[in-house]
Amino acid sequence: MSFYDEYVKVKHYPFDDFFSTITTQDVRRVLQKERLHTEDFLILLSPAAENCLEEMAQKAHQRTVQHFGRTIQLYAPLYLTDYCVNKCTYCSFSIDNDFPRRKLTLAEIEEESKALVKMGLRHIILLTGESRLHSSVDYLCETIDVMKKYFSSLSIEIQPLDTEEYQTLVAHGIDGLTVYQEVYNEEIYKQHHLKGPKRNYRYRLDAPERGAKAGMRSVNIGALLGMDEWRKEVFFTGLHAHYLQRNYLETDIALSFPRIRPNLGGFQPKVDVSDKNLVQAMLASRLFLPRAGMTLSTRESAELRRHLLPLGVTKMSAASSTVVGGYANKEHTHSQFEISDKRSVAEVKESLRELGYQPVVKDWEILTHSS
Amino acid sequence: MTDLLTIGNTQLHNRLLTGTGKFYNHKLMKEALTQSGSQVVTVALRRVDLNATGEENILEDIPKDMILLPNTSGARTADEAVRIARLARAAGMGNWIKIEVISDQKYLLPDNYETVKATDILANEGFIVLPYMSPDLMAAKAMQNAGAAAIMPLGSPIGSNRGIRTKELIQILIEEMELPIIVDAGIGKPSEAAEAMEMGAAAVLVNTAIATAKDPVEMAIAFDLAVKAGRKAYSSGVGPTTTTAQASSPLTGFLG
Repeated sequence: MSFYDEYVKVKHYPFDDFFSTITTQDVRRVLQKERLHTEDFLILLSPAAENCLEEMAQKAHQRTVQHFGRTIQLYAPLYLTDYCVNKCTYCSFSIDNDFPRRKLTLAEIEEESKALVKMGLRHIILLTGESRLHSSVDYLCETIDVMKKYFSSLSIEIQPLDTEEYQTLVAHGIDGLTVYQEVYNEEIYKQHHLKGPKRNYRYRLDAPERGAKAGMRSVNIGALLGMDEWRKEVFFTGLHAHYLQRNYLETDIALSFPRIRPNLGGFQPKVDVSDKNLVQAMLASRLFLPRAGMTLSTRESAELRRHLLPLGVTKMSAASSTVVGGYANKEHTHSQFEISDKRSVAEVKESLRELGYQPVVKDWEILTHSS
Repeated sequence: MTDLLTIGNTQLHNRLLTGTGKFYNHKLMKEALTQSGSQVVTVALRRVDLNATGEENILEDIPKDMILLPNTSGARTADEAVRIARLARAAGMGNWIKIEVISDQKYLLPDNYETVKATDILANEGFIVLPYMSPDLMAAKAMQNAGAAAIMPLGSPIGSNRGIRTKELIQILIEEMELPIIVDAGIGKPSEAAEAMEMGAAAVLVNTAIATAKDPVEMAIAFDLAVKAGRKAYSSGVGPTTTTAQASSPLTGFLG
């Protein structure tokens, strides 16, 4: 059993033919429904639905407040290492980008942790490049042991692992897994992942499922918007989330909508995903998956984040540094991608309150058997 | 005559239980809780940050005279619920616990099997246990035998505001169980809270409908009034309802 089987069934679907038959009436009919099916989701992603964005937004906002309240979970990323063995066309960490790589020592991790706690953050996502040597399971376990006395929730965004390895991390106190497929279109995936283990499309595609099997409390997936036609990519992402929700009832499934940001390689996206497109992607996904979490990153500007917030967002990063060692020591500068929202935690919280939202910094308690 | 609700050894005069989730700020939460008249408030341990001070510590904004009912939100197994309950007690949040074991993140339906197990362990450890459950008579009896202090069946899924869709099943619990039945989850409107009380529920727990109302403080007051009205209606004997009008020509009138 794998989401791949479902992907194969729909990958050659004549999306454009379908979209050309959809009218505003079809979209309005979907908006009257209580529960949406796969075809309804595709209708909401159609060009015709662009005429109904305000209606979609009102409904998406209402559903989100009903299920999640007027609260936004805040978290911060912590970059542990930027060593990477993959060659990817769009990423600054790519192996052929020549820059001095770093890996935090446990002492440095302690310093970064203290800096993050001081900023008032309790949920952290640990990020690494993809190198089994530099970001090994052992290294991550040692990192968790240092960090869990400071934080309430620790999740990971690292190279995909086997189920047993995920289980080891869960037993140590990791509760969430983020793996972006980057691009669901299998052919395009091969064009961008030129070398390294990341070329294995299936192994990455099945990683969220392995994480759920291993007992991760939450699993966050997403496609890097701009790599291929966004309507299709968002459709595949939604189907993937739906598949995981159906098969892993215990796991909280969340979605992200990262758009490609400027980076060291000077990569140009294939498709320009406008703000309007991003909004439609978020709204359609919220209405199709009313219980799914939705994460908004600092890739987007403070101004746009303010507008996107009521459309279905449940989590956002605050005061992010995408630089290894960037919290305790400001002189490190080489980042994975450039962030747009550079406000402090206090500023982010204040702006949430102004918008009528309660910023939530703690919403879990690490429950390892040693606790 | 005072109409009191007894849970464990505590007597309550107010039958509206409230919650702390989903409010858009703590100040409003505090005001809504105060105005609701509620004496018991549930709070997720996962949200409590004991190291935090001021606005970051939710406990500081709960009116001091309310009884804390920490809940095990986030627990997916009995074992996790037990550990969360112990953490709550160790954190000084008292010995009441609302067990929530949910292993379905889509509808957030409680797992009755795991809930029975957690009830058994925690009641033995001296907790006042209020299990949140899917209304099922056998499961409720098992929870009662395991030492529960009250039973909290859902009216409809958490946060759905769909009203009391499980009415028939809850009615059976009210008729058959000796423990207080507190309808929890799904109540979206004061009229639905009144409906639960008219059915004979001992109390209701309302969170989402208050927290996400346009004016949570006024909505809290509305719920307080509705619960009182429903309770009074129940105590004074709600008349039977019929689906047909009373026949105007009696069929047995000839008997004289």
